[in-house]
Parts: sequence; structure tokens; C-alpha cells
Amino acid sequence: MATDTAISAEDLLLSRRTGLFGAISWAWFFVRRYPVIPTGILIVLVLAGILAPWLTPYDYAIGNVRDRQLPPMSHGWVSPTAAANGEIGQLHILGTDHAGRDTLTRILYGARISLMVAAISLISGFIAGTSIGILSGYLGGIWDEIITRIVDIWLALPFLMVVLVATILYGQSLQLLLVMLALLAWVGFVRVVRAQTLILKEMDYVALARVVGASPTRIMFKHILPGVINSAVVIATLNVGGLILTEATLSFLGAGIPPPTPAWGVLVAEGRDYIDSAWWQVIMPGAAIFLTLMSLNFLGDWLRDRLDPRLRQID
Amino acid sequence: MVQFFARRLLFMFISVVGATVVIFTLSRVAQDPRELFVPDSGYGISPEAWEELGNKLGFDKPVVVQYFLWLGRMLKGDFGESLSMQQPVSTIIGGKIGATVQLAIGGWIVAIIVGVPIGVLAAVKRGTVFDYIGRAMALCGQALPQFFVGILFILIFAVQFGWLPVGTRPVEFDFRFYILPCVTLGWAPAAGIMRLTRSSMLEIMDSEFVKLARAKGVSNFKIIWKHALRNSLIPPLTSALLLMAGFLNGALVVETIFAWPGIGWIALSRAVYDNDLPLLLGTVFVFIAIYLVFALLADILYAAIDPRIRYS
Repeated sequence: MATDTAISAEDLLLSRRTGLFGAISWAWFFVRRYPVIPTGILIVLVLAGILAPWLTPYDYAIGNVRDRQLPPMSHGWVSPTAAANGEIGQLHILGTDHAGRDTLTRILYGARISLMVAAISLISGFIAGTSIGILSGYLGGIWDEIITRIVDIWLALPFLMVVLVATILYGQSLQLLLVMLALLAWVGFVRVVRAQTLILKEMDYVALARVVGASPTRIMFKHILPGVINSAVVIATLNVGGLILTEATLSFLGAGIPPPTPAWGVLVAEGRDYIDSAWWQVIMPGAAIFLTLMSLNFLGDWLRDRLDPRLRQID
Repeated sequence: MVQFFARRLLFMFISVVGATVVIFTLSRVAQDPRELFVPDSGYGISPEAWEELGNKLGFDKPVVVQYFLWLGRMLKGDFGESLSMQQPVSTIIGGKIGATVQLAIGGWIVAIIVGVPIGVLAAVKRGTVFDYIGRAMALCGQALPQFFVGILFILIFAVQFGWLPVGTRPVEFDFRFYILPCVTLGWAPAAGIMRLTRSSMLEIMDSEFVKLARAKGVSNFKIIWKHALRNSLIPPLTSALLLMAGFLNGALVVETIFAWPGIGWIALSRAVYDNDLPLLLGTVFVFIAIYLVFALLADILYAAIDPRIRYS
């Protein structure tokens, strides 16, 4: 979707339409041209993550034992006397899990932790990968060779297994997961940024900057960085989905975010034991992961077409 | 050509050293490896026995020497003894790798027989419903995590309809037990193969020799299946080799979901629950070796079937 950004004659005609039909046409125009729906979903998820404590009356870690395994849209337990007075329990929109915790609450807090982990590791990876890529491309020679070789070796490592090794040795923790994901994220940037730097550094304006006496640091920051930043942003949006996926997989395997913090992968792993009786415990967090990754993919494709169509040949 | 392969082999060796240095450093920086053998309370070991254990593990030598001794043992297939199972790691891996290989081959076949035809269809009938099916498949493949797909399959086909078994692998070969794990494993890569086939097929369909074939009146069927497909299969097939390596390594999740008795599952369950580091390190080493060998094979295959590629 939204691959074709040129404005056609048909779209110009649309602008003359008025009334309800015109409004619908315009809405369709925007939905086709801009990633409205994916961006909307992502904004909702980010807001839900940030505002989780205010959005839900439930606690994410402590459940009510009387409300175990409630299906979606059911009400919590109330005492018989209260029930006789016509009171009904609090609503659990997406049901509850095996410990009587509200599924929706846990998904909201899960959005908080999962998106935060992805954002932090992506930003560290972005900064490290882009700087290393620029250094590698600009300095060239032995440095370039060493960095390219390290990237190759990095790609040959079975990442999940390495994280498992680290988890056993250092113990399961959020900090370790962040470090490992950042170590995964930086590689994605290096190759593309390096290739672009190789092109940019041969440009006349860089040569002129050197003639004027600009230091290598200044050239890299002022003259090369602005040229590669677009590609780096595109790579970032294309890679963030992979990071979320890796985090979810690790949490699912028991090597990611430690329970009772409700990461989405942890929720799916916990719900797995009850799939024959309580399907919502697996489906709901899984659907959250799916929606997030889908939106990020759409957004990433759109950004790539917009900012850097040359990257298209990568996939 | 010979020079290229020599270079490639050298790089492979460097990669082995590099990757194992990472693993070795990880395992040494964290803690004294002896602590794994001894309970936290230090019960049942005297200071002399502690020292002796250190000597046995080679702690009296410099770290670099220790690393090369360790690497030498690993290359010979001596991965030490599993802490939780009291057996040599190589025996455990040898006993379990068959199941993993079967699963990987099954998943690979699924990825190829789903990915390639849909990719060809999507390219030939560009812009039609096949193209959209292909694109939707690619998106779902990217956005659905493997563990979620596996659980969904279990939920639908095993729990709801009861058509297929929930998991594990019987000793007797039974086809039904292989369907769900293999489809789960091949699901996402099928989308990748499809995209590769589609883009390379589109490129070939647009090339001069296909136009010439059309001009001289070759039937559409023959153009697609004889002229274009053969040439457009080069990228998907070489990437399929790397895919195979990835499957041997990445069966971890699928094996866990379906309780498949392969090396990924045994390493994960033993490692996470019993802190069985030697078993895990042995598995990681095997995985790295498999990946590098397949990467080398892919390069060789690429050079062999596509003479246009020149290596310098």
C-alpha cells in the first residue's frame, strides 16, 4: 500500500467533490497515500503503554483468585449478598488468566515494556551502527576490513543461542536483554551506512571541505552524517519489528524479560499451558504482537519509498 | 577460482575463531567456570579439590592458551560432559540431531513448495489476485511470530478439530506428527522465498532473451517454465541453502512448542532449567559450524551455477 505517491488526474478530480461523498473520497485518498492506519495503531499502542496505569483499574501482577480463567467480556466475582443487591463485578474485557489477572491490563503493561525495550535497544543500535558505519567507510583501509569482518562474524552467530548462554551466565534481567538486543541491532545499520559513506566521501563537496581544512571529525559529522541519516532512519523502522519479534521470542523461551513483568512473549508463553481451556490468553497478546509488527512493516515500507527509494533493492 | 575458494576458506576460519572467541569470552568473563560444577554452598569440595579442578580445566595457563586448547577440543568434537545428564555432550547431540535434521528438511520442503510457485504466480500474473495473495502472505509471514503461528496451529488443528497430534515425535515414523511443526517452521521463510522468486522472476521476464523468445513465438507456458523459471531460481536456491542452515539452528522455538526431541529443545530445556553450560556451548558450537559450512556451500553453488559471477 501507499507505494504510488504520484498524484493522478483522478485524484485532482476528487478535490472538486463535495458533501459526504467528497469526504469519503478524501478519506480514501489519504488512507491510500499515507500510512494513516498503521500510524494510528502505533500511536494508540504507544499511548496505551504510557498511560497504562491510568487506563485500567487492575494490577498487572496481582490477580483475584476467584476470577481465574474468565472468558472475555465477563464480570468479576462479587459476594452473594452484593449480588442479591443487584451489584455486578468489574468487567474484564479480554478475560483473565490462570491467576485471575486481567488480560487487557497485562497487554497494556506489555506494550509499555515491549515498546520501551525495542526503543532503547534500537536507539543504541542506531547510534553505534551509524557511527561505526561512517567510520568504517570514511577511514577505509585496515579499519574498514576489520569492521566488515566483525560484522560478518556477528551475522554467523546463532543469536538466540548466544543470548541463552549469556542468560545462564549473568542471570535473566532486563538490563542484559537490553544489552543483547542493542548488540543485535547495530549490525543492521553498518553495511548500508558504510556503502553510502563510500559514495559520499568521493563527492566534490567533501573534497572541498578537506581543502578548506576541515578535520575528519568535522567532515564526518557535518558533511557525511546528514547524507546517510535518511537511510539510517529507514533501516531503523524496518528493523524495529525484528527487534520486537526477537524480544518476544526470547521472553517466550524464558530468556527475555523476567516474569511477572508482562511482556507479550511472556503472556503467550503463560497462556500456552491453557490453550485447550482459555484460548484468549494466547490469542490476545499474539494479536497485539501481530498488529504492532504489521503496522511497523507498513510504516517502514512507506518511509523507505519516501526517504530512500534506492534501498528498495535490498529486499 | 581456486584463489577465491582459498580466500573464502580463510575467512571461514577467521569466522570460526571470531565467533568462538565471543562465546569463550562470554563464558569466562561472567564467573569462574568451576562454580558450575560445585553447589553454591561449596558443599562437598575441599580447597585442594578446587585447585585440582582448576588445573584439570587448564587454569594454570594463560587465557589465550586456554582458548586455543578449548577450541582444539571443540574442533575434535570433545565438548565435555553435560552437567545435568552425566553424559558426553557429543553423545547427546549425536543422539538428538537426527530429529532436528528431519524437522529442518521438512520445514525446508514446505518453504520451497509454498514459496516458489506462489512467487512465480505473483510475478507472472502481476497485479492480479495471485499477486495480492502473495503480498498478503509475505506480510503475514513477517508479522506473525513463529511461536504464535505454532500455537495457533495447535489451537486450530489439534485442539479445536482434533485432526492432527499436538506435538512430539513418535519413535515410529508417522507422517501426521510432522505436518504442524514443519509448516510452522517453513511458514515465515516461505514468504521470504516467495518475495525473492517474485522479484527475480520479474527481472527475468523483462530481460532481452525472454522478449526474443516471445518474438519468435515460443508459447507463454514454455517461456515461463523453461526459460524464465530456470534463470530466476538462482537467488532463491542459494538463499535456500542459508535457510537450511538457519533451520538447523532456528528450530529452537518450533522444537519447544511441539516438544520435538531435537538438539534445540534439549539444549534449551537443560540450559535454562539446569544451568547446563557445557551442553549449551557444545550446541552453539555445532550451530556455528553448520552455519559457516552452509554459507561456504552457498557461495560455491552460486559461483558454480551462475558463470556470470566473477570473483576477484
